[in-house]
Amino acid sequence: MTASVDFDQGAFVRALLDPELPTPNGLEARRGLQPERRFAVYRNNVCVGLVDALAERFPVCRQLVGDEFFRAMARCYVRDLLPRTPMLFDYGNDFADFVSSFEPAREVPYLADVAQLEYAVGQSYHAENAAPLSMDALRALPFDRLAGATAELHPSTHVVASQYPIVSIWRRHMSDDDAAQLELDHGEEALVVRPHLTINVTALPVGGSAFVRALERGEAFGQAVDAASGLTPEFDLTACLQALFLAEAFLAVNVSH
Amino acid sequence: METRSTPERRSEYPASSLPARAGAGFKSAHFADIEAAAPGVGFFEIHAENYMGAGGPPHAQLMRLRRDFPLSIHGVGLSIGGAEPLDREHLRRVKSLVDRYAPAAFSEHLAWSTQGGRFLNDLLPLPYNSTTLAHVVAHVDEIQETLGRPILLENPAAYLRFQSSDYSEIDFLLEIARRTDCRLLLDVTNAYVSATNLDFSAEDYIDAFPMSYVEEIHLAGYAEDADEIGDLLLIDAHCAPVQQGVWRLYDRALTRRGPVATLIEWDNDIPPWPLLLEQATHAEQFLKSRRRAAVDDAGSEALHDGVG
Repeated sequence: MTASVDFDQGAFVRALLDPELPTPNGLEARRGLQPERRFAVYRNNVCVGLVDALAERFPVCRQLVGDEFFRAMARCYVRDLLPRTPMLFDYGNDFADFVSSFEPAREVPYLADVAQLEYAVGQSYHAENAAPLSMDALRALPFDRLAGATAELHPSTHVVASQYPIVSIWRRHMSDDDAAQLELDHGEEALVVRPHLTINVTALPVGGSAFVRALERGEAFGQAVDAASGLTPEFDLTACLQALFLAEAFLAVNVSH
Repeated sequence: METRSTPERRSEYPASSLPARAGAGFKSAHFADIEAAAPGVGFFEIHAENYMGAGGPPHAQLMRLRRDFPLSIHGVGLSIGGAEPLDREHLRRVKSLVDRYAPAAFSEHLAWSTQGGRFLNDLLPLPYNSTTLAHVVAHVDEIQETLGRPILLENPAAYLRFQSSDYSEIDFLLEIARRTDCRLLLDVTNAYVSATNLDFSAEDYIDAFPMSYVEEIHLAGYAEDADEIGDLLLIDAHCAPVQQGVWRLYDRALTRRGPVATLIEWDNDIPPWPLLLEQATHAEQFLKSRRRAAVDDAGSEALHDGVG
């Protein structure tokens, strides 16, 4: 048997991803047919498989721009950025960045933020399970000493701030309710939490996302309020805490003694 | 170069404890139906990579499923046929999933899907020669050592072949199984698809397949396309009911192998649960008549021996 040459998988992949490149050498179809048509099956499988994965991952974005536009956009993304791991539920972590710089999508200015929200929803879905603080435990908190306390948030917690009403847009498309005309003149800050098995997506009061991010960094409630009201003077702490309590976003509140 | 002893025959301990029944590929869309009806399927199979998150509904469903049914875990991302070293981090993820659920079987593909740190999400082909054999054997050894159990390796669906292949697919699979003591997953649809696309006899392939290593069978529906001269080109699409030709080939395989765990795969254009269940029930009929035939054979043999 002749010593076989190592198969050049790199060249195979380059040809898979670039339809302009010729079919790699050394391939055969049946009965003397050319291998081009067969190689195209693999080309198509790779592209369609990953575009499908993105379509499943970003269903609201797909609804917003229509299937044809979405798939064309996703094809460009796939060509630029292949998954780094075989876990496709992780694919698309920079899809929102890609969308924001994708020129043909400029007409839908909120698309990138909705993509970011959908990515957060996916992360939340697969996040670690943990038991959130119960309402009773929340009621028992010493609110007079909250300023110095730190919080541990549920591992499924994500916030996405946008200058567009992304929560309303997301909700409308998830429920197929196209009736109401959306006003795009205000922003929304989305809170995503999956305290048990169901994902909650709610809008936080303005400044809420800065507040949550500060808590996530380990800052005390007092500092987190400063962070939020520094950005938005009208920050409403009571409303924000209410939204976080209702969403069951807290795992623990550590009051120093 | 070859230092390890190579068993001639598979070891007597099976790699799989799946029942010789029909199972279904699990889709979360079917969870409510399955939970409500506790259907009589023999087992469920999942794709490992969909259950590598930390928690959430996927694991909640899988734990529930695992309680009531035997489970098979099917990997699609280890890239066993690649020339590059295995992705150790991914192998660790597979191991922790296998440790967590202790499935009745773990299977993977004779194919590659990762190159240069990029995952292509397709089962790509490799030439069958001594160089690729060494890669595949080393990878299967490493996976089995890590998981602490033998795996099942699946024959791929092919659209083209390599001029640098010196082995037939069957000889290649047999050699891997001999050297690593892994077992085989016979995908009858893949055999049918490859035979059509590469112009060989699917019946001959089934008749030559090393059945003593086979511990699971896969069945799925293919899609039809046409090549440049208008001839049929079959695509392994997992998007339809199992076609007649594949059922016939399955029966032929069972005649040689005897009843063995059989999975209906339906991964795209996912049907309502009753349709998938109907396919599994149909496979169960083949298994039943094969069991009956085996009993009849044993009976007539006993009678013959006893009287003669």
